[in-house]
Parts: sequence; structure tokens; C-alpha cells
Amino acid sequence: MRRRYAVLLLASAALTAMLAVPGAAFADSTDLDKAIAGKLSESVGINSLWVIVAGALVMFMQAGFAFLEIGFSRAKNAGTVVAKILMNFSIAAIAWWACGFALAFGAGEVIGHSGGFFLTNLGPISSTVDGLTTFRPDFPVMSLSDATIESKFFFQFAFCAVSLAIVWGTTLERIKFGVYAIYAVVFAGVIYPLGAHWVFGGGFLQAGDWLGTGIVGMQDFAGSTAVHLIGATGALAALLLLGARRGKYGDDGKPRPIPGHSMPFFGLGVLILWLGWFGFNPGSTLNALDGRFPEILMITNLAAAAGVLTAIATAKLKSGSIDIGMAGNGAIAALVAITAPSGYVEPWAAPIIGGVAGVIVVLGVYAIDKYIDDPVGALSAHGLAGIWGTISCGIFTAPRLAQYNAFGDPNGGLWYSGSFDQLIAQVVGLSIAFAFVFTMSFGTFWVIKRAYGLRVTPEEEDAGLDISEHGMYGYPEQFIPAPEYPGGGTALGTAPAAPAPATAAAATQMAADSPSGA
Amino acid sequence: MKKIEAYIRHEAFEPIRAELLDRGFPSLSILEAKGSGRQKGVVEHYRGSTLTVNVRPKLKLECVVEDKDKSMVVETILKHARTGDVGDGKIFVIPVDEAIRIRTGEEGEEVLQAHSEEEIAA
Repeated sequence: MRRRYAVLLLASAALTAMLAVPGAAFADSTDLDKAIAGKLSESVGINSLWVIVAGALVMFMQAGFAFLEIGFSRAKNAGTVVAKILMNFSIAAIAWWACGFALAFGAGEVIGHSGGFFLTNLGPISSTVDGLTTFRPDFPVMSLSDATIESKFFFQFAFCAVSLAIVWGTTLERIKFGVYAIYAVVFAGVIYPLGAHWVFGGGFLQAGDWLGTGIVGMQDFAGSTAVHLIGATGALAALLLLGARRGKYGDDGKPRPIPGHSMPFFGLGVLILWLGWFGFNPGSTLNALDGRFPEILMITNLAAAAGVLTAIATAKLKSGSIDIGMAGNGAIAALVAITAPSGYVEPWAAPIIGGVAGVIVVLGVYAIDKYIDDPVGALSAHGLAGIWGTISCGIFTAPRLAQYNAFGDPNGGLWYSGSFDQLIAQVVGLSIAFAFVFTMSFGTFWVIKRAYGLRVTPEEEDAGLDISEHGMYGYPEQFIPAPEYPGGGTALGTAPAAPAPATAAAATQMAADSPSGA
Repeated sequence: MKKIEAYIRHEAFEPIRAELLDRGFPSLSILEAKGSGRQKGVVEHYRGSTLTVNVRPKLKLECVVEDKDKSMVVETILKHARTGDVGDGKIFVIPVDEAIRIRTGEEGEEVLQAHSEEEIAA
């Protein structure tokens, strides 16, 4: 026993030493020297603080996703969500550090390649050209903010983790746990960084006029496409290969509702996500001192409020009841939709964008449920609303804000300019992002399905993922698991083999005794 | 009159209910039950320790029918509840002395199953 601990200790020491090698380069890559010398300017301090606070709010959205998904799952699948969220967040953290950040935010048309792997080779701290000072010019899209590179790194990592969390919304209650680990590495290391690089990391879609097409730059302030649509696209690819939960569709092909076990948990999840969005959109300024963030926060909130109201109204008109789940979905959809335009539109447009998203999500959930099994409505709330939000930039972007952010048509969207230029850029951009992420994700899941399998067995699915994948129940005392393993097996295969079918023989005898029959 | 008590798997209930309804037996009750038999319990792992839950969840289905209907109901249950594996459950048939419908005070076999729509109207 003692020997084993000694081996473990040695292994962890070796791992620490390995990690310390890239760490040796940190000396040139932080503002530590300046900070020690008391030379970190107030501006750097304030902006970094805001970016870290916003990033922490976005990290808290993981709790929102956890509660939302637990609430919409049956009680036999509650615990597995906790393990999933913790593991995915952690894999994303390491993958983002290793290569995700470098690929997403380095300089480059298609792939970022100016350094940043393992947060090393970060280039000069600032450079001044023609009187314009940029900070960390090797990461050009974020270089107008003087927040430290570590705070930008953390903020963008939290975005990557949100996008990854969205992927799994469609896969609840039937996916094998190992699939999370495999896809998370690919998604956080390659798929998300590339998609995000094109859309809001300085890549060709954002820069515009790629391959001489003359298309203006795509506008996506905080990631309706880059975070939400990309996540939902991965979710669609997973769902198509995974299939519906057992019992979701009857023999007649009609969908049956499979109610989640806790609407209070779901509601808590929605409210945590709503709070997290106050970091998500306003934090995307990467800057506190330009004073833009309070306006963006207010716009975000206006949109979410409108989304709740229209979703409640739409569900009431369609189904006759005031639907709790749809009220929450309306909030999420509106927040997703306002994510892209939040830094580009005037406040009057926010309730319109959010309100339309609230209608879209309800109709989307009703329509999608007829064909594919999306337990939390992620395809509608993040996918359809993400598409609407991205498109809405092409309609409502205000000229003054397009010029301030310096992306896209400086004359603004259709409403102001009467020109379809921005709208076309938005549609083309989101189509390219969708096609890329769908192809990559479908391919990855296809390989996983062939090599490892995506689904648990039907018996494990009936017993619930908590007991079959994790060997314990999420609610050990109150919970009565539904069906068990026929044949007396257990999740861990430790039960004895089934005895002779004495019961079946006796049962047949009993049937034979009855004179009248059926 | 006979009372039929069947301990069945959860997933067997819905097809049994549907067929009994089809055959004119809408009145039945189910209870969540936990029990042990040949089928062993469930082993849980909780933060490094194991614990065994020695009883497994089942449904208990209860239904009171006229003597002549007993075998048909039993066969319906057998048909849907049998997978051939240990853990399919058991059926018990028990004699019943009296039956009274609370709403009307009627007694006897009349009260065993719900009236059809036409009978209520008449």
C-alpha cells in the first residue's frame, strides 16, 4: 500500500516537472515584473479585473447548464450530469491551454499561428505603430484592450467551455460517458477554436472580403454563432448518430413527453445562465474603461425579458397552458439571440430581437420534437435562436457601433443602410461555420460510434445512467429506479448467474390449470 | 370474486394495462413495491465504499374480477410480464368476500369493473 503511494507521488512529481518546462517561459509572458515594480497601470488593472469578473460569471454558467439539464432529466439520470459537467470543463481547460487559445486567437486568416500554445511565445507586450498602441499584437483581435493576456485567455476559455456544454444537451439519458471525454478533446482543441477564429477571432469571416468575394466582415459580438450555434451544431451531429431515448417515440411514430424530474432545478439553471450572460456579453468588450459594458448589459437584459414574455404567450396560444419549461427556454433563446448583436445595436432593437427569439424557440421545440429527441430543446434555444441572433445583426446593426467595433459594413444593417451587404455576410458566415462544425462533429462522432459506441445498452438505459455508469444513484434514499437488469445482473456484473427458470415453469402450469382460457 | 395481485417489472405494466382495458377491465391499481426474491440486489459504489441494496423495485398490480374472468386476466399478465429471466415476478390469486361501490352503495360483482359510457348514460 505504501509502495503504491510512493509511485503516485513520483508520478505527480514527474508531471509537475513536465508542466514546469513551458512554465519557464512565463517570465517574458506576464506583466509580473512590471507588477512587482509597481508599474502596472491603473487601466491595465481595471480592465483585467473586469475581464476576470466577467469570465468568472461565464464560468458560473456551467452551474446553470448543470441544473438545467438535471431538471430536465429523469431522477435516475441526475447524478451523471454532475460528473459530465466537471469532466468536460476540466478537459476543455487543458485543451484550451495546450492549443485551443493559440488556434482561435492567434493571427491568421484560417488558423491562428502566431504563438500562444501552452500560453507561451506570446510575443511583445505592446507595440505602437503610427501613434496607435496595441497590446499583445500577436493576438490582433483582442489587441485594443490592455487587459493582461491571462485574463483574455481565461475569459475566452470560459466561452469554449460554454460551447462544449451546449453540445451535450441533446444527448442526455442515453450516451456513454466515455464519449464525452473523446469528443471534448477534439472540440475544445480543434473544432471550436477554428470556428471561433473565423467568426470572432480575427479569421477570414470576421475580416471580410475573403478570396476576393467582396463580402463585408461578419459581426458576432459575443458569439451567437461562434459559441451557441457551434455548440448546437455539435449537438445536432451527436443526436443524429445517437438516436432517441427509449420510449420517446411510440409504435405509431408519435412523440411522447418524457418529463424531467425537477422544474425548480430547471428554473434555477435558467436564472444562473441569465446571470452568467451579464459576464458573457458585457465582458466581450474586454474593456471596462471604454464604458460600453453597462449599455450592453442593459441590452442583454431587455432582450431576455422580451423573450420570456413572447415564449409564454406563444406557448399559451399553441398549447393552452402557461408552460414553465417554455418560459425558461424563451429566456435562454433570447439571451442567445442578443449575444451577437449586443455590441452592435441600439437598445430599442433588443426587445424585438429577444421577442422574436422567444417565438422561434417555442415553435422550434414543437417542430423538432416530432422528428428527433432533444430533451432540453438545445437545438432550438441555441441553434435556431443563434441563427436568428446572427442574422439580426444584418438588420439592426447601428452605424455608430459598427464603426466603433470596426467590423462589417460601416453603414450598419438593413434598417439603417437599406443595403443587404451585412445581412449577406451574416448568412454566409453562419452557413460556413455550420457546415464546418457539422462535418467535423459528424465525422468525429461517426468514428467514436464505430470504434467505441455512442449509446449505453437498453438495459443500462432503463436502469438509468447513475447506477449503470457511475455505480450509484443521484438520489439514493428517495429514488426508486425504474426497471432493473433482467437476469439478475447488476451494473457491475457481480451478481450470480440466473438459476433454472423454475418460476416460468410454475407460471405455465398455472396458465394450463385455468379451464376457460383467454 | 378473486383478487389478483401481481408483482411485475415496471416496463411490463403499460402493455398489460392496455390489453386489459381492451378486454373490458379498466379498473386496477398499481403500487410501487420493493422486494427480494431470487434476483439479487443492486451494488452501489459510494465514494470508494460499496453498499448493497438488497431489495429491488417492482410494481404491484391489484385487480378484483369475477371468478370466470380470473384466468383471462392472469394470462394477460403472464403474456406481457414474462421475459424468461429471473426477476419477472409472481402472481397471487386471493378469494374476495364482498365488494361495495362507495358512490352508489351497490354490492356484489356488479361493482367490480367500471361501467362503459353507454351504461352510465342509461
